[in-house]
Amino acid sequence: MTIVLEAKGITKQFPGVLANDQVDFDLRQGEIHAMLGENGAGKTTLVNILYGLYRADSGEVYRDGQRVEFHSPKDAIKHAIGMVHQHFMLVPVFTVSENIMLGAETTRRGVLDRKAVAAHVRELSHQYGLDVDPLAIVGDLPVGIQQRVEIVKALYRSAEILILDEPTAVLTPQEAEELFRIMRELTQRGVSIIFITHKLKEVLAIADRITVMRDGKVVGTVKPKETSEAKLAAMMVGREVILKVDKGEASPGENILQVKELKVSDRRGLEAVRGVSFHVRTGEVLGIAGVQGNGQTELVEALTGLRPIQAGQVLMNSRDVTGRAPRTITETGMAHIPEDRQRHGLVLPYAVADNMVLNTYYLPPFGVRGILQPKAIDSNARKLVQDFDVRTPSPYVPTSKLSGGNQQKVIVARELSRAVKLLIANQPTRGLDVGSIEYIHKEIVLMRDRGVAVLLVSAELDEIMALSDRIAVIYRGQIVATVEAAKVTREQLGLWMAGARPEDD
Amino acid sequence: MDWRRFGFIALIISVLFGVVVLIGHVQIAPVIIVTSMLATTIAVATPLTLGALCGVYCERAGVVNIGIEGMMLSAAFFGWLAAIYMNTVFGIAPMPSLLGGVAAAILTGGLLGLLHSVLSVTFKVDQIIGGTVINILAVGITGFLNRQLFFEKGSIFGGNVPHAPGVLPRIQIPLLADIPVVGRIFDQQPITWAAILLVLVTHYVLFYTRWGLRTRAVGEHPRAADTVGINVIRMRYANVILGGMLAGLGGAYFTLESVPSFEPLMTNGRGFIALAAMIFGNWTPFGAWAAALVFGAAQALQINMQFFREVIPPQLAILQISYVVGLAPYILTMLILTGIIGKNIPPAADGQPYEK
Repeated sequence: MTIVLEAKGITKQFPGVLANDQVDFDLRQGEIHAMLGENGAGKTTLVNILYGLYRADSGEVYRDGQRVEFHSPKDAIKHAIGMVHQHFMLVPVFTVSENIMLGAETTRRGVLDRKAVAAHVRELSHQYGLDVDPLAIVGDLPVGIQQRVEIVKALYRSAEILILDEPTAVLTPQEAEELFRIMRELTQRGVSIIFITHKLKEVLAIADRITVMRDGKVVGTVKPKETSEAKLAAMMVGREVILKVDKGEASPGENILQVKELKVSDRRGLEAVRGVSFHVRTGEVLGIAGVQGNGQTELVEALTGLRPIQAGQVLMNSRDVTGRAPRTITETGMAHIPEDRQRHGLVLPYAVADNMVLNTYYLPPFGVRGILQPKAIDSNARKLVQDFDVRTPSPYVPTSKLSGGNQQKVIVARELSRAVKLLIANQPTRGLDVGSIEYIHKEIVLMRDRGVAVLLVSAELDEIMALSDRIAVIYRGQIVATVEAAKVTREQLGLWMAGARPEDD
Repeated sequence: MDWRRFGFIALIISVLFGVVVLIGHVQIAPVIIVTSMLATTIAVATPLTLGALCGVYCERAGVVNIGIEGMMLSAAFFGWLAAIYMNTVFGIAPMPSLLGGVAAAILTGGLLGLLHSVLSVTFKVDQIIGGTVINILAVGITGFLNRQLFFEKGSIFGGNVPHAPGVLPRIQIPLLADIPVVGRIFDQQPITWAAILLVLVTHYVLFYTRWGLRTRAVGEHPRAADTVGINVIRMRYANVILGGMLAGLGGAYFTLESVPSFEPLMTNGRGFIALAAMIFGNWTPFGAWAAALVFGAAQALQINMQFFREVIPPQLAILQISYVVGLAPYILTMLILTGIIGKNIPPAADGQPYEK
């Protein structure tokens, strides 16, 4: 098979990070070549270089054996390379046609020829089985369809090489399946695909070859048949990783959190949580599964007192805490690992030690008659750094200097070192490396076994399945199903996440 | 542009016209009053329309421009100066001198647009600061040169202001201008006609051409534009300079079309009202023009009221104080900016410098 795209010895330095270190990579005609690695491993940097968005400090790129230099995406497009970015590069207020033609417009006597473009888009979508309406406004479309628009956009520019950067991050399992079908369809028509992901299952299911990156270097290239999830994970992390969460039978006790007919509005004043009821008991993990943006953020913010509640009731240990201040709610024994750790979980410029007393600083022994007690804060920090294995040079470096995984550990340490009855963990492992994920998962199970009630919100279905004892599926602000985790399949959950109702099947 | 907005605009204009008719009808026939009001409204809305179009180009490309005022003031001065120089120093005939003045005004606006681009696109200075710099610079430079060139002893014009070569002549639309009474509406000066034409052109450019599509993309989602090979920096430069040229033409209105003289600070906040008109027009050319007409009507009311000093009823005596009526455009500006009439949705990347 011919090599259509090749990178040799690519090196790219960013301030303080060597993002790509002598990276070699090649793509063959008609294959799906997966690029696997943790966040920060250098995958996105490499494809951004291949697409002309960044320029390599050194190294060469060959297209069909010819040396090429890309100064901007324009050059890459000229060489029939298309890219679907992780965050879609679509103008929400434009129509599908307008987005697709942008930068490659068809005009007739100076006027945009919208009709011709729409016809071409229809033809392409028919040809590749990518159903899109050229006249729809992109902002009104679900993410799965927006992704198709991105693919059609690349095909419209006659792309023969397609780079897909973390395409499944925003999709339901069914949408991901659909994407894989489209990818196979494309390769059969001669398109070659670079597929970036950090999900092991996906690469084994779809890739022809897998290149693993770690710390800016290529660790190796393997075929799916010759490897396994465990082997790939070890390559990604550089050591053996336990992928399966070890947990025994749950022994749930009394209700700790009770939510009744909760209604919450989002930032724009639209109802995001539309009458949600559930409960969480001691010693169990209730997982809230759902595609991002179905009201999870607003639900958690309402429960923790960060967002006003329109209607309904929140009972914590039978005490009504509806609409109470976050501090009051915290004092009832609720711990919160927020979705956006950098914005809502930490004061980044503060020292690690200070972040560790962010919700207890006013209580003895840390605060006595309004005066902070440095000794108590110091010994607390040293103990927590030890107990929770926070990798930091000292408790007094600014928290912003820590890696994402260690920042998350600071939050976990702070939240779980108090007497806690309920833990609300919202996307606790998003963007973390496999090692940190392993740690946080263990910690959550440990809390459960100690009799803490856990409400876990995650868009990662694997995480929900691995940790939950019961699972509630949220769709458009409503809980469409609540089931025992042991009695449900991935596929079934995926259908509910996409809006199917239990009574439909 | 939604119809509610246009309805609201029509309503305000009718009310403003109605007040004048109500007071003046004992002296002059209503049809004549309305015609006169309409003709004045269209004329005085000219700098507002051009200023608002400047804002449309800049902000659709993602650059906030609060320097429209300064661009118009500078253009008014340098356009006028060029016309005087050509006429009195080089002895060129009045008409070509005036046209040369207009060209100089457009050039001035374009150069200030370039300055704004350098500050806010290349150096990523806060765009409000960039605009403020232009406004302060304009006040200083026009005031200083005006004094140095005309009023200081030993200056070129040696302490006496030479005569400007008049103002741009009226152009009548054939047939329409011949209609009795209302024909007056179709008898306007060239920059006024140009402004109306430019509203149509801008609408067409923005929504029907490649340039417009790319401009809007750069203002909504610059990164998306970049990934399909559009040069975001170049598009922003071009649109801000183009906008500056329109503001420059708007500045020429003051000294080459309205009156044949320059006064320090003569734009008198029109650039800011133009900005309000652009916002009220929801960043669309037709909307901006309609909003500019509202402000124009408020000003026309002030002008026309002077004719009816004797017949103003005592309850409305307050309208005789020109300051009170003169406040109307500014009060309208504030009301409109509070968003009473529907939400104004700016381009998503408006005001944000583009970082690669």
